[in-house]
Amino acid sequence: MAGTGESRAAFLLPKDRVNDLIDLLWARGFRVVGPVVRNGAVVIDEVRAVQDLPVGRRDDQEAGVYRLQEAGGDLLFGVVNGPGSLKGIFYLPREPLIEMRRERGGFAVREVAEETQPVAALGVRPCDLAALEIQDRVFIGGRFRDTHYERRRQGLLSIVVNCTRAAPTCFCSSMGTGPAAPAGCDLALTELDGRLLVDVGSAAGEELVGTLALEVAPPADVAAARSEVDACATSMARAVDRSDLPGLLFDEVESPQWDDVARRCLSCGNCTMVCPTCFCHAVVEVPALDNASSQRVRQWDSCFSYEFAHIAGKNFRPRIRDRYRQWLTHKLASWIDQFGTSGCVGCGRCISWCPVGIDLTAEVAAIRARRGGTPS
Amino acid sequence: MTTPFALHAARIVERRLEAEDIHSFVTRFVDPEVRRKFTFAPGQFNMLYAYGVGEVPISIVSDPADPTRLEHTIRIAGRVTAVMTGWQVGDVIGIRGPYGKGWPLDSARGREVVIVTGGLGCAPVVGVINYIFRRREEFGTLHILHGVKTPNDLLYRERFDAWRLHPRTRVYLTADQPDKSWHYRVGVVTNLFDELVVSPTAVAMMCGPEAMMRAAIRSLRRKGIAEEAIFLSLERNMQCAFGLCGHCQLGPLFFCKDGPVFAYPQVKRWFGVSGI
Ligand SMILES: Cc1cc2nc3c(=O)[nH]c(=O)nc-3n(C[C@H](O)[C@H](O)[C@H](O)COP(=O)(O)OP(=O)(O)OC[C@H]3O[C@@H](n4cnc5c(N)ncnc54)[C@H](O)[C@@H]3O)c2cc1C
Ligand code: SF4
Ligand code: SF4
Ligand code: FES
Repeated sequence: MAGTGESRAAFLLPKDRVNDLIDLLWARGFRVVGPVVRNGAVVIDEVRAVQDLPVGRRDDQEAGVYRLQEAGGDLLFGVVNGPGSLKGIFYLPREPLIEMRRERGGFAVREVAEETQPVAALGVRPCDLAALEIQDRVFIGGRFRDTHYERRRQGLLSIVVNCTRAAPTCFCSSMGTGPAAPAGCDLALTELDGRLLVDVGSAAGEELVGTLALEVAPPADVAAARSEVDACATSMARAVDRSDLPGLLFDEVESPQWDDVARRCLSCGNCTMVCPTCFCHAVVEVPALDNASSQRVRQWDSCFSYEFAHIAGKNFRPRIRDRYRQWLTHKLASWIDQFGTSGCVGCGRCISWCPVGIDLTAEVAAIRARRGGTPS
Repeated sequence: MTTPFALHAARIVERRLEAEDIHSFVTRFVDPEVRRKFTFAPGQFNMLYAYGVGEVPISIVSDPADPTRLEHTIRIAGRVTAVMTGWQVGDVIGIRGPYGKGWPLDSARGREVVIVTGGLGCAPVVGVINYIFRRREEFGTLHILHGVKTPNDLLYRERFDAWRLHPRTRVYLTADQPDKSWHYRVGVVTNLFDELVVSPTAVAMMCGPEAMMRAAIRSLRRKGIAEEAIFLSLERNMQCAFGLCGHCQLGPLFFCKDGPVFAYPQVKRWFGVSGI
């Protein structure tokens, strides 16, 4: 594993050389994306230079709370995560898929495909890479492959940053997705004073380290980095007990807890928008004003929207209870049947960005506590 | 074009009015290559596209032996289907498909078949009934049970009367609220099962309102028909038809790719749970 880096040597990247890495990536033809501040929150977008990163910032998160603070200091990756994730880079919130153009006696169809450039993801968190792997299973793991996603996804270079501080909303330890980088990322960084420890996870990563002529890290730095990541793993205040999932949620479809959460939930869909794995989308028709052409456009949708399960003459999930239950059972239970993995990586975004602070870890615990109880 | 959303132009070659608000359209793909490659099984569906308006899932009701001539029967249900029923012979529409898993016709060969439908009638079973009539000797007795609320809801009365005349075919009709014109049974669809004499090795295929199907399943079980031999065609909102958009889910199932036809044990756990 790159995160624990037993087999390969670890290297040091002085912070004043991070720009060399960014420049090298752009020069190699990558579109470099990473954490950047937009409208007071961290999203994933283009990084041209180290100043684009949220240097010296820190996020305060709790259920229903997200604030960026000016913490000072030179931490490049002091912010754990924000509402944005890699999802929006590969699976765009809105994009045209095909276009029909009127012709005599009918219409011609073409795929709408823009030029793509391989992405280098710099400074994304281990849970976000885990989320991307889950999206891969959805979009390109089956018989029908989503070509728009696939084209963008090709040639990804991943430079993950190990977590040394968990937000209070994080629970990746219990989901097995962090805080150390997973196997298979190209490079894994751990932020130390004035420098970054660099673990190499692939030949492409090794080549970058060689080109930058990074020095081998002293054993003390390696040990310090490992112990910070380990401490982070045990520091997490939240957890999901996965021992009886998916059965618990399938058995408890009539739990009174669904009514309880439905009294608080606004059905706003924020949780699905910030979730790095939620993939549901609407496919809509957008004709040009002159009707000479028309596009089929895909846009993120949410199982919390009232129309989501509508068919002519019937709505399968008319109540908020039905929609919250669909979301949670899909994330933590049916996703496992469908894609062989949980749909939740424990990033905690849905907890922070829920306007009323609904916490899925607490909801699962409450459902478990009421197990076998009679429906209200 | 590689996207699974790619659709193919097809021309309307025949249009028929079936009942008020219901039209059948026979289509042919414009591109001979697409026409040559297209094959399907009864119970599968296509996404039909109206230029500038949108796409909806519609069952294929024609015979799979001639996939160059695709027939769909469309009932006006809302925005997109309303436009579709205005299609005229010569119009060019879009089609992609076929999608989903169809009826278990291979395992039904040599056995009696019970078809149960209700409400406004279901295109998916029309395809299977026609399929069996074209291969009558390959199947046992065909029982068609259909329940409606009022006689006005019986959209294909002539069709049911014609089916009655086929060899080894029995048609049972009932209306909940009959009027003077009604000369079949009165009551809910389960009443029809009193008359049904059928082997426990029969295969049942049904589609219609969920409450009707639940009642029909109980009746079929009492006749000794195994749960595994009961098949249902179910509906959900569909926007992609291949398991990506997420709209058609029920528990772990994607109706578009795991259905729309399911063996009852696949959906039993969720059947009757409200709001699921
Ligand atoms: C597998 C399958 C096979 C079908 N076969 C037929 C058929 O052979 N003949 C027929 O007349 N109808 C069939 N339907 C139903 C048909 O798809 C709907 O009547 C149609 O989608 C309604 O669209 P609308 O825009 O006219 O209605 P609106 O109520 O305006 O619907 C808005 C949108 O919601 C979605 N939607 C609404 N109702 C349904 C529905 N029942 N199923 C899936 N999505 C829906 C569509 O995306 C639709 O465009 C089938 C449905 C499914 C799932
Ligand atoms: S469900 Fe919540 S915690 Fe889990 S991956 Fe989605 S946003 Fe993160
Ligand atoms: S759980 Fe919270 S974020 Fe999700 S829909 Fe309900 S109110 Fe919105
Ligand atoms: S219709 Fe899109 S997932 Fe089934």
